[in-house]
Amino acid sequence: MITSKCSKLTFSEIKTGSGLQAALKNKPAEVISILADSGMKGRGGAGFPTSTKWRFAAAAKGEEKFVVCNADEGEPGTFKDRVLLCDFADLVFEGMTIGAYAIGAKTGIIYLRGEYTYLVNQLESVLAKRRQANLLGNKICGKEGFDFDIQIRMGSGAYVCGEETALIESLEGQRGEPRNRPPFPVDTGFMGRPTIVNNVETLAWVTAILAKGAAWFKSVGTEKSTGLKLFSVSGDCAEPGVYEFPMGITIAQLLKEVKGEGAKAVQVGGASGHCVAAKDFKRALAFEDVATGGSIIIFGPNRDMLHVAKNFMEFFVEESCGQCTPCREGNHKILEGIEKLEAGTCSMAYLDELCKLGETMQLASKCGLGQSSANAFLSIVANFKDEILGRTEKVAV
Amino acid sequence: MLITEREKMVEDINTWAEQYGRNRSALMPILQEVQKKYYRISDYAMQEIADLLGIHPVEVYGVVSFYSFLDDKPKGKFIIRLCQTISCDMVGKDRVARQLENDLGVGFGQTTADGIFTLEWANCLGMCDQGPAMLVNDQVFTRLTPAKVNEIIDGCRRALSHYATQRKEVHAL
Amino acid sequence: MANLNEDVSRAPKSMRAQTITGITDTTDIGATVRVEIDGKELKVPIGTTILEAARSIGVRIPTLCYHEDLCIAGVCRICVVEVEGQRTLQASCAYPITSPIKVKTYSSKVRKARRHILDLLLSKHYGECYSCFRNNNCELQSLAKEYGVDQFRFGHPEKPLHEVDASSYSVIRDMNKCILCRRCVRTCIDVQEVGVLEAVGRSDKTKIETFASKPLSEVICINCGQCINRCPTGALRANDPTDDVWAAIDNPAKHVVIQTAPAPRAGIGECFGLEPGRALTFEMNTALRRCGFDKVFDTNFTADLTIIEEGTELILRLYKALVKKDTSIALPQFTSCSPGWIKYIEHFYPEMLKHVSSAKSPQQMFGAVIKTYYAKKNNIDPKDIVTVALMPCSAKKFECNRPEMCDSGFKDIDYGLTTRELAQMISEAGIDLPNLEKSDFDDPFGTATGSGVIFAATGGVMEAAIRTVVELVCGIKVENLFDHADVIPVRGFEGVRYAELPIKQVGPVPDILKHLVPNWDWLKGATLKVGVCHGTANAKKVLDDIKAGGKFSECHFIEFMACPGGCLGGGGQPIPTNPEIRKKRAKAIYGEDAHYEIRKSHENPAVLELYSQFLTDGPCGHLSHKLLHTDYTPRGKYIA
Repeated sequence: MITSKCSKLTFSEIKTGSGLQAALKNKPAEVISILADSGMKGRGGAGFPTSTKWRFAAAAKGEEKFVVCNADEGEPGTFKDRVLLCDFADLVFEGMTIGAYAIGAKTGIIYLRGEYTYLVNQLESVLAKRRQANLLGNKICGKEGFDFDIQIRMGSGAYVCGEETALIESLEGQRGEPRNRPPFPVDTGFMGRPTIVNNVETLAWVTAILAKGAAWFKSVGTEKSTGLKLFSVSGDCAEPGVYEFPMGITIAQLLKEVKGEGAKAVQVGGASGHCVAAKDFKRALAFEDVATGGSIIIFGPNRDMLHVAKNFMEFFVEESCGQCTPCREGNHKILEGIEKLEAGTCSMAYLDELCKLGETMQLASKCGLGQSSANAFLSIVANFKDEILGRTEKVAV
Repeated sequence: MLITEREKMVEDINTWAEQYGRNRSALMPILQEVQKKYYRISDYAMQEIADLLGIHPVEVYGVVSFYSFLDDKPKGKFIIRLCQTISCDMVGKDRVARQLENDLGVGFGQTTADGIFTLEWANCLGMCDQGPAMLVNDQVFTRLTPAKVNEIIDGCRRALSHYATQRKEVHAL
Repeated sequence: MANLNEDVSRAPKSMRAQTITGITDTTDIGATVRVEIDGKELKVPIGTTILEAARSIGVRIPTLCYHEDLCIAGVCRICVVEVEGQRTLQASCAYPITSPIKVKTYSSKVRKARRHILDLLLSKHYGECYSCFRNNNCELQSLAKEYGVDQFRFGHPEKPLHEVDASSYSVIRDMNKCILCRRCVRTCIDVQEVGVLEAVGRSDKTKIETFASKPLSEVICINCGQCINRCPTGALRANDPTDDVWAAIDNPAKHVVIQTAPAPRAGIGECFGLEPGRALTFEMNTALRRCGFDKVFDTNFTADLTIIEEGTELILRLYKALVKKDTSIALPQFTSCSPGWIKYIEHFYPEMLKHVSSAKSPQQMFGAVIKTYYAKKNNIDPKDIVTVALMPCSAKKFECNRPEMCDSGFKDIDYGLTTRELAQMISEAGIDLPNLEKSDFDDPFGTATGSGVIFAATGGVMEAAIRTVVELVCGIKVENLFDHADVIPVRGFEGVRYAELPIKQVGPVPDILKHLVPNWDWLKGATLKVGVCHGTANAKKVLDDIKAGGKFSECHFIEFMACPGGCLGGGGQPIPTNPEIRKKRAKAIYGEDAHYEIRKSHENPAVLELYSQFLTDGPCGHLSHKLLHTDYTPRGKYIA
């Protein structure tokens, strides 16, 4: 269930097929322009303008193009895509169909994480209904030459496959190891063909934008971060769940809405995001301030932040794909450092060295996973040095 | 593995290859099918698949070893994967873990002697608002408590014996 | 033809030769783009990588996972540079320049990152440099020096983390020294199409492994050793028998004989700091005697012998197929000198083994002749003879240990030494090889021809065969067809090559073959079709083409070499290797050939003497069949 505290929940107001029909009244290039007007940026976390991605793919040469929905939601603390797929799968598939129309693709693939296998039957039935309603298949909505269908492909338990090029590798039957970029998927994607890879939520918003117009979307949020956004809220609060808020909401406002006031820190953006301490709760959740794919994990006053950092690093040590040196070895070294901190045997000099290593990982890793895996550690060190240094005994959690 | 079982598996793999295509991009779906039906992807299966897709067995091995949900070693009929990531951690996954170990008599990463249960850690299952959460095969269980896990394990055992009486046989593991 | 030289790499496109991105107008292709590297401006063709651009102006960017022979991996990250306007550092090997950029290759960010990467690699790299065969020739060690690594900031393993796999006769894998650059993986899968090695596992548990993590001896390794030549560290090495060889030399009861293949002489100088491309044939002879070898022979002698045997076999196959209409005869005939290639076909195309010439490789022929003819002639008990083969090859080590290679009644060849291992022995003996006086090979197996020498290069066996077949069949001097007897159409480094040779006239059947064919009339007007390929990925293409009934199925004779470039690029040659180095070695080889007085195998007086005194029933006769021919094992690729 998605809770909207601000207004009526957007997605529940959109009729199946309305976004697609609106799109088909325009030329493909115009659809992309509408998205550009809306200012919509990718909801997966990286914040790349969706229209730009689509424009590249539309311009790329290739007889065959692909639309891929990235449903490999694995970021710790993120579950909005699961809820979307449960409650509003139609909107997601419709967004893919609009994308196919915009770039000229005939095949869509939804890459669903293996952990969500229980959603498959339901998604298949939504797809079947859409085929029946001529919202998928040949001559969609009677449009001559517009043929498109969607297949479901499963992941098998690898967080890194949420990285778009790793996802494509996985689709191609390879180890989920991110590729060098450039070339980018919009140019050389699945099977070497132009491919757009969009997050589940992004695609749902695309449908909403086409149904309700760019101006509506732009009327909320901030100038650089337009529109609404889903947030997955968990941790120390009374009302965890998925929320719809306008972009630019401050952390403090959000905490109030979910009854999580009194927190000492909030992890924004999941394990690969940043830990924001209470002093910074006035900061806004927006691409220009604290960027996020929607994961909000709240830490109450009694949480041991070193334990939190350790949990995140354990996550990355397991989920790094292992191909590039900084990420493969770096995460491991930081985790070892955290164990030293736990034991109270880490010097300030070594902690500094680890932080510098973390910066190298941010700069030199091959993909977004390695570039962000040290974020949580670095921000926890920056905010909670006194809490983590000089330990004499294990702090009770 | 008996020869007849092996032949059956080869037949299955061929069927899946026809279904998903004889090219490398069919690898993951085929591996997932093998895993689902045979609880593991044996060396023999990997070579058979490689041959059908025109790739090297070691490439299949590389893929199988990469993904957490694909195994080359035998696993139990029920794979229990308890989420260890932060949100579940904060709401008591450690106690649930302890009880799982107590009730199954094995540690994490191990399979029970009867070959029925495998206990593993999983990373974020996307149930952060309802933790602690775990998967039993494809099914998700949320808001776990130490007392609750025992019921779930019993449920699995009942389901298995029900299946066995229905089929009048339990597949040789 | 062009399609057979296509890139068949399994690597994703982003790992292959960089595609030009961001270009929508095809007229841009071939255009140049401005780039500023460390303040120096230059123009490069669009799509040039930062690394290539930097190298072109002498800016050195360190690399580890990059290799000229391989597709781009971009995984070690040591080559990162700062590109103005980019938030993160970019791997210069994997960054194609498509728009004007400014690059800094040694800013503080870059230096710090490289140092961290080295520290991280060293934290997992077990082993002391002293005890490593790559000491002083290790890319990781050099970088540690260049970047002033004076301590292990993130630790250093105190005990081995992995067991060493020494199960193979040819290649030893010590994963304690592996830095996961995956050059071996790309070599094995892309260059060789063998698929023994792959990255297995995930995250910090990633390891380079064989199928099902089995010992190398139990998988489908062809022993080519190309992975060794491309490993930046000592994680892969050849199985080194130098201690045994020294022991034999030191044993006065043993008569130690060494044969030297042509490729090592063109490469060994590199182990002594010389530029590639200087042959040290005769200095090496002196060095070998100083090391204590009793006799120093030239493998070229048996290379010439191979040409006679293999050429005769070809003629017999053609005669039976064309004249006797024997449909059981397999054509084209494949060469058999490369033991890596032999193991490849045994594993991957066992049904095609009947195409492979039954003639042993020159190395094994030599052993069989030494322990029979030579032993008898010199009155030495063959059990006291130790035969050592200096080869550019790691697969030769496996070959000499094949159980069937004992036709002399003894192990035909006792030890296979690589070029690197001999260099090591020479250093150990305190010999300054490049400045040594020259000396000749020992008789009677020191007499060789230019044809034997060029066995070292891809196309060489074919060229040697053509020189001989033309003269024996056509009755004319090969020089009449090819200037200086240089058969240019089969030379070069293109992966797969094809040539036709019309037989316009025939001569009388030479004495040596008279008992086999009555005349050559049946060949008059025919066109001899030949193929050449090197690197087993190319072999695969040719074999698949034959199976599909393509152009190569109509060939009569095809040369296969397991290693890129042929033996001169062998897995036992000095490290490093790259296309440039291999070209220089080839130049040295062809230079040697040009200097020989006799350049055709059938004119080798020592070979002719062997037939008149020992193998008296002629080429492919009874005795030569026993000693000089072999059969093969259809192994298949299934691993139990």
